[in-house]
Amino acid sequence: MDIAFKNISKSFGSVKALTDVSLTVQSGTIHGIIGENGAGKSTLMKILTGYQSKSNGSILIDGQERKIKTPKNASRLGIGMLYQEPMDFSPLTVLENFSLGSPKESRTDLRFALQNLAVQLKFHIDPDRMVESLTVGERQQIELLRLIHCKTKVLILDEPTTGISPAQKKELFPALKLLAAQGMSILLVSHKLKDIASLCSEVTVLRQGQVTHTTSAPFSFPELLTAMFGSVPEQKNKAGKRIKGKAILTFENVEATGERKGLHHCNTIVKEGEIIGLAGLDGAGQSTFLRLAAGLTTPEKGNTILFGKTLPKNSTASCKAQQLKTSFIPANRLEEALFSDLSLSDHYCLRSEQNSFWRSKNNADRLAEIGITTFSIKGQKEHPAKKLSGGNQQRLLLSLLDPQSRLLLLENPTRGLDIYSGEWVWEYLRENLPQDTTILFSSPELDEILHYSDRIIVFRDGEVVLDQAVTDTNHDAIATSMTGIEGTVQ
Amino acid sequence: MKRISLDLILGTFLVFGFTALVLLIAGAPVLDAFKHIWLGAFASNYKVSQVLSVWIPLTLCSCGLLYTFRANLWNIGIEGQVTMGAVSAMAALRISGISDPTLLLILACFASMLGGGLWGLLAGLLKTRGGVHEIFGGLGLNFVAQSFTLWLIFGPWKRPGVASMSGTELLNKEFWLATPPGWRVATMGLVITVVIFMITWLFLEKSRLGLKLKAIGQNPKAALLYSLSPESFYLKSIITAGAWAGLAGFLQVTAVYHRLIPSISSGYGYLALLLVMLSGYRIILVPILAFFFASLNVGAIQLPIVLQLDSALSGVIQGCCVLSALFVLGIRQKRKQS
Repeated sequence: MDIAFKNISKSFGSVKALTDVSLTVQSGTIHGIIGENGAGKSTLMKILTGYQSKSNGSILIDGQERKIKTPKNASRLGIGMLYQEPMDFSPLTVLENFSLGSPKESRTDLRFALQNLAVQLKFHIDPDRMVESLTVGERQQIELLRLIHCKTKVLILDEPTTGISPAQKKELFPALKLLAAQGMSILLVSHKLKDIASLCSEVTVLRQGQVTHTTSAPFSFPELLTAMFGSVPEQKNKAGKRIKGKAILTFENVEATGERKGLHHCNTIVKEGEIIGLAGLDGAGQSTFLRLAAGLTTPEKGNTILFGKTLPKNSTASCKAQQLKTSFIPANRLEEALFSDLSLSDHYCLRSEQNSFWRSKNNADRLAEIGITTFSIKGQKEHPAKKLSGGNQQRLLLSLLDPQSRLLLLENPTRGLDIYSGEWVWEYLRENLPQDTTILFSSPELDEILHYSDRIIVFRDGEVVLDQAVTDTNHDAIATSMTGIEGTVQ
Repeated sequence: MKRISLDLILGTFLVFGFTALVLLIAGAPVLDAFKHIWLGAFASNYKVSQVLSVWIPLTLCSCGLLYTFRANLWNIGIEGQVTMGAVSAMAALRISGISDPTLLLILACFASMLGGGLWGLLAGLLKTRGGVHEIFGGLGLNFVAQSFTLWLIFGPWKRPGVASMSGTELLNKEFWLATPPGWRVATMGLVITVVIFMITWLFLEKSRLGLKLKAIGQNPKAALLYSLSPESFYLKSIITAGAWAGLAGFLQVTAVYHRLIPSISSGYGYLALLLVMLSGYRIILVPILAFFFASLNVGAIQLPIVLQLDSALSGVIQGCCVLSALFVLGIRQKRKQS
């Protein structure tokens, strides 16, 4: 099915999100849509899927103009979207999720269809497993199979590799290529140029709501980056060697539940000033590790010792950790770290260490204005946090950090950020924080871990399987540790 | 602005249209019924004071619910908290050995807040410690409070020689809160309500604690990262709601019924839940809506007598008003989202 956007414009009040966007996606191709945070990619996709109405322009499907007013309209036309966070129902089984939205079919037929499709795309799926026990990557595979089963002809993928492991990426990419070869039109929204280069035959670049460039493979990265940002971002070098002082965080024989396998037999010491990257497949234990250090999860056995003090094993642990100047920024910023309907000023008011009983609007506004200016947050102090783009949410969270923090715990700190915003985050962390601040971060991107950390800890099935200085290891060795399979390369 | 006016017109039209339909179905002359509701609520000072005596417990319960709704708690147990406030006030007034009635009344006032607050705390502890959802915990506690009141009325506090659904013996007149001549509403009740409203407004809108409560209600997970303890705020908000509801119970005993009756809460707790939802959780609308519902409540009382209609009609009309208003709010919400 050919899709053509003709002069699509969309305004939110006085803000123009899209201006005269035109592009065509040929049937049987994978078309990349790239752009920095807030470039208008998501808005364009929301218009195609019926979640948002356009202000102007038209959408042609196989040459005919179509009105897509609701998601139901879109789905009837064969348009389906695979979200960054799959839109599934976790209390149901894989098969039950697969059956949603399908024409009436018996359970046996559905099971057969699911297994058949899984074999075709080389996915390993157990139809009777509960979705809540699966990783993001596995859930994505099920959602993809469901969309194919629902006769989706136009597939939109929103940052599909953000929450998945390199191994799962290796399963997803051939599947997408196969689907395109079978005639499906695929729109890939991504920040990752490498993903775009390996999958797409054509790319459209959006910048500030306008198409700045359209090109076919093979792609020139500098050309794309210039179209995205107006200039090629400079690759920042690692800062100099940091202080490595006394132990500030110690895990003593820690056993904890959480994620898929929890964390077992964990005996790790973190020293002052280190930057440690936590690697592993999705749900391998790195998230539990960070949450234990933040006091958000308590160990079932063993102890978490932070700055010489054992964290209590109750709900006061997170307060205690914060008193000890430990800060945590989770990957799901809006769900776990921000208050979506509260204004930016309100966030600063909550953070300020004023002792007064009354709220001082002036003081909160002043702090918000300083934060917005210093951290270049694109937003107004009275705006609710949910109106900020992912990159600006991360900037807001960094601006809210306690400047006295001695241990920073960051879960996937550049998740969903464009190259510029990601670079900015690391530049801030490495150059603006005191040298003795310890940073522990997890990331699904091995390149990010290798580039920014001094030490790497690799998790597999809830256990630490590798703990080395970054200089003593390499990409392949880490990938092998993560998967347990020799010769695994991203 | 234009849209808000349109919503207002649509809302009013729906409220009256729906009510008229119900009256038609009940076989009542619609215009006559509206006239009698108006006269029933505002025909004399006495009627207006009756409206105000309903407005008082409705506003107090609604103010209490604003705290719990802000913490994202469904405090269904508000009804039981009113009842336990009334029971506690009655218990204080029965203390022998204190001869000063003013002192006993002050004691009863604080006892009612304590009783209501502790009853709220129980629902809160069931949620935070036992994992029982506040709706189920609250409902269960409402039944317990109701049964406990009945037991008191038919048992230890029964009238000498007779146990009746009409309640305990009337309080001595010295324990009746004073009303202005020709009025039925206690001045002290009005003062307490206005003070509680002001405290609630200042707390929720102007204090840092009010903002923290809002934050916890929106995202308890994120609150942990701001050194806020959701559990502690849940308990504090439900205790405060219980205390304000308890005060409503105290005023029901000392200013309205002058005794403890089985249905001392008169369903005002449940009505307040609807009222607060209808206000969109905005405190400024609470006293206005409470006045509207109080007028409807009092105005519709005489419909069964004057127009020979079923006595349940007043409740049905109130339900229609709530549904119509929720419908308009729903449309607004949907439009905002799209």
